[in-house]
Amino acid sequence: MKDNCICVLMVCCVCNTPLHGLDFFVFLCFSDVNSNSVAQKIYVEVNNTVPCVRLLNATHQIGCQSSISGDTGVIHVLESEADLEWPLTKGPNPPYMILLESHLFTRSIMMKIKKESSRIAGVTVVVPNTSPSEFSPHTTCPNENTGVYSDTYGPHLAHCNTTVWNPLGNGLSYEEFDFPVFSLKEDKQCYYDHNRVVNGSAPQYPLCAMQLFSHMFAVTDTATCMRRNDVINFSINPEMVCDPLGDFNVWGSIRPYNRSQLGHRDNESVVMAAARLDSRAFFWDVSTGAEGSISGFVTLLAAAHALRDVTQVAPPTHNILFAFFQGEAFDYIGSSRMVYDMQNGKFVIDLDNVHSLLEIGQVGLRNGSDLFLHSDPRYRCSLIHRHHARRPPVHDAPGVSQPLPPSSLQRFLRAQNIPGIVLADHRAAFNNKYYESYYDNADNLNLRYPPNMTAEEQLEFLTDTAMALTEVATVVARALYKQAGGDGTQVDNIKADSKTVTQMLFGFLVQANNSWFQALIPPELKDMLSDPPDFYVGVASSSPAKAKPLTRLVQFLLANLTGTATNLTQDQCQKPDDLPDESVQMYSYLWVQGTVPHNGTEKGPFCVRASVRLSQALSPAFDLGEYASRNYSTWTESRWKFIKARIFLVASRDLEMLTLGVGVAVLFSSLLVTYFISTKADVLFSSAREPASAAY
Amino acid sequence: MTAAVFFGCAFIAFGPAFSLFIFTIAKDPLRVIILIAGKANEGLAAISEEESSPISVREMAYVAGLGFGIMSGAFSMINTLSDSLGPGTVGMFGDSQYYFITSALMTLALTLLHTFWGVVFFDGCERKRWWVIVAVLCLHLVVSGLSLLNPLYVGSVPPVYVIMLLMAVWAFFSSGGSLHNLSLLWTCRKSNAETSS
Repeated sequence: MKDNCICVLMVCCVCNTPLHGLDFFVFLCFSDVNSNSVAQKIYVEVNNTVPCVRLLNATHQIGCQSSISGDTGVIHVLESEADLEWPLTKGPNPPYMILLESHLFTRSIMMKIKKESSRIAGVTVVVPNTSPSEFSPHTTCPNENTGVYSDTYGPHLAHCNTTVWNPLGNGLSYEEFDFPVFSLKEDKQCYYDHNRVVNGSAPQYPLCAMQLFSHMFAVTDTATCMRRNDVINFSINPEMVCDPLGDFNVWGSIRPYNRSQLGHRDNESVVMAAARLDSRAFFWDVSTGAEGSISGFVTLLAAAHALRDVTQVAPPTHNILFAFFQGEAFDYIGSSRMVYDMQNGKFVIDLDNVHSLLEIGQVGLRNGSDLFLHSDPRYRCSLIHRHHARRPPVHDAPGVSQPLPPSSLQRFLRAQNIPGIVLADHRAAFNNKYYESYYDNADNLNLRYPPNMTAEEQLEFLTDTAMALTEVATVVARALYKQAGGDGTQVDNIKADSKTVTQMLFGFLVQANNSWFQALIPPELKDMLSDPPDFYVGVASSSPAKAKPLTRLVQFLLANLTGTATNLTQDQCQKPDDLPDESVQMYSYLWVQGTVPHNGTEKGPFCVRASVRLSQALSPAFDLGEYASRNYSTWTESRWKFIKARIFLVASRDLEMLTLGVGVAVLFSSLLVTYFISTKADVLFSSAREPASAAY
Repeated sequence: MTAAVFFGCAFIAFGPAFSLFIFTIAKDPLRVIILIAGKANEGLAAISEEESSPISVREMAYVAGLGFGIMSGAFSMINTLSDSLGPGTVGMFGDSQYYFITSALMTLALTLLHTFWGVVFFDGCERKRWWVIVAVLCLHLVVSGLSLLNPLYVGSVPPVYVIMLLMAVWAFFSSGGSLHNLSLLWTCRKSNAETSS
């Protein structure tokens, strides 16, 4: 008995209810089998994925969608358009995940893939090192339904009947794909190891496959998704499905306006100067818009800077208001909002106060030194004839019947007949071969730096592009000053600063996190200078503090370039109303970091006083609740849970079925054998040596 | 590797344990308790009204062994099974694509081995044969060591199955079986077949 006790105790201690003791022992044996390492043997997560997301408007949904549990396909690298036959018809292992080089990312290939999408799990585009010769995923006639020309106003000018502005546009950005399309930095090693097609015969299993997750919540159109948003208040699991696009416009003026006085101002006539800030691309959040928007707003910033001194010495008769509109790529979100605010007395001036409007369009790719003035042929203004024979030579658009290019001015003309001009480097169609695409970058503007320069040296280097834009900025500044009734003798003193222009171009196109930009912003916002800079408008936020980093950067730039540095301390800068001469209603006060000059004398942070403000750029359709509006932009962006991609090997169907078959066989045979043994147990295990009365 | 592989591997790994549980353990709640919590015997004896133990040593050995086998199988296989549900299979980094199947086969062998080891170990304790205890422990280490030969599955899976068969025979004999019983069984069946025909 005693021996039995000891024996049993030994057994209990070695193998027993200390379950942790057992699993320690077990884990010693099977320590290589735990969930993390098994999953690591199988999946390779792909970093830096850039998806194409779903956008909706009043009538359509565009963009890409994956199924909720991801789309898996065997990778196939496309070598030419003829090679499409393999994944679309001939290949024996559908569905396929097509890997495209960027030069094959064309409309014809994508449309063919879209037609046969039952065999296609998704498309991956390899990020290229160099740009193709031309590529524009935008439509040929940008914003054709929300401009000033319609079937009732200038029908022969509407819908690009006269001039096709973007002839290279293939419209891919506005197509709807029901499979995911990603842009990845992909190496094709896995494909070459496992999936190569040799002499037309199918490759052997296991094959390399990729799974893409980009499930979008919103469907159909904006009205549907906004209605579903409203329902969430009553549901158990509140989840919004889409958000309106929008951000904030930046505006500033030579003479400040009291922001508490809105609406019409008597005897006030303002010359407006406008430029757009945003651009877009086929893929989400990778747009640059070097020629499309940066060339324009950098020029306007330089012109505003050039006017600072002369307008204090010899103020012009009219005020000059600089406006930078966000969201113009999506049916003029920013400018339509400003016009709406002006019409409804929610802005510091209204449309009757606007004397004229000069807009800077795409000005970065001038052939030689030509610059063109576009105006609405139905309302030609005398503004044009003032600026002939200025340097650079400025032409007016040939043929009176050419309409305005897509521009914010069109939204102002929709509301009221205002004299307006759009300045551009193109006579008819755009010079920009990469309009609203990922390739509209520094190379498109021929922004070149000598080799072996550090970032700081590149920041200061005067590029040819900068010199060209400086010329334009000088012309713009002088034109604005004269238009505003300034003193004619002072005009020749107005010169834009090329150093400022080249620093801005470097910051916006090459590296935003540089010392000059850092000096212009508050110390706590240093993180907003992230690279690479991205100019997609994104979803609207409610407060100016949450505006896009780019918009705030332009706000701080405009403030530093047109405002004055004051001696206020940081506390005074935050509460300037306590001081007798300062007023928050008239100016905005921004605490900025300041520069640390090279010779070591620290300037330190200081307070900038400028008449620069942010105004909301959200389409009036959302305030009015008209989600199917034809007059205003109705663009929304769908929400999603996560976006990722991973690569792994897949086994053949035969092996899987074999495993299942073996499993079922083992189960049934073990059931049979056990049943048999247990029914015959008394025969099999009868032995007189069993101690039937052992007690312990 | 999808649901087919998940169910296939689950059946391979846990099929015999499941059938053993259904046919030999589930009918008797006492055995279920011993399966889960091996130390319950003292408590059970305390509340039992009979003088003798409610469960014999052999049953105890078998049930406890099966319990440990199921536990070790669960710990080694559950994580692998959950990864087998996804679309991918092992092999990206040079591992064999038969990883899931061989894991399931090893788990099956180990579950049964634990059962047999339990029976043999208890029997060795009962008869005070200490070499049996040493042998069981050594075999446990040998089998675990063989798993280090993975992914050379030829070197690990067949030897483990050979050891399992040997242990099955040993457990059969030490739990009261004999060749005579086997021949009895055969003739019983034969005579049943004769009488019924």
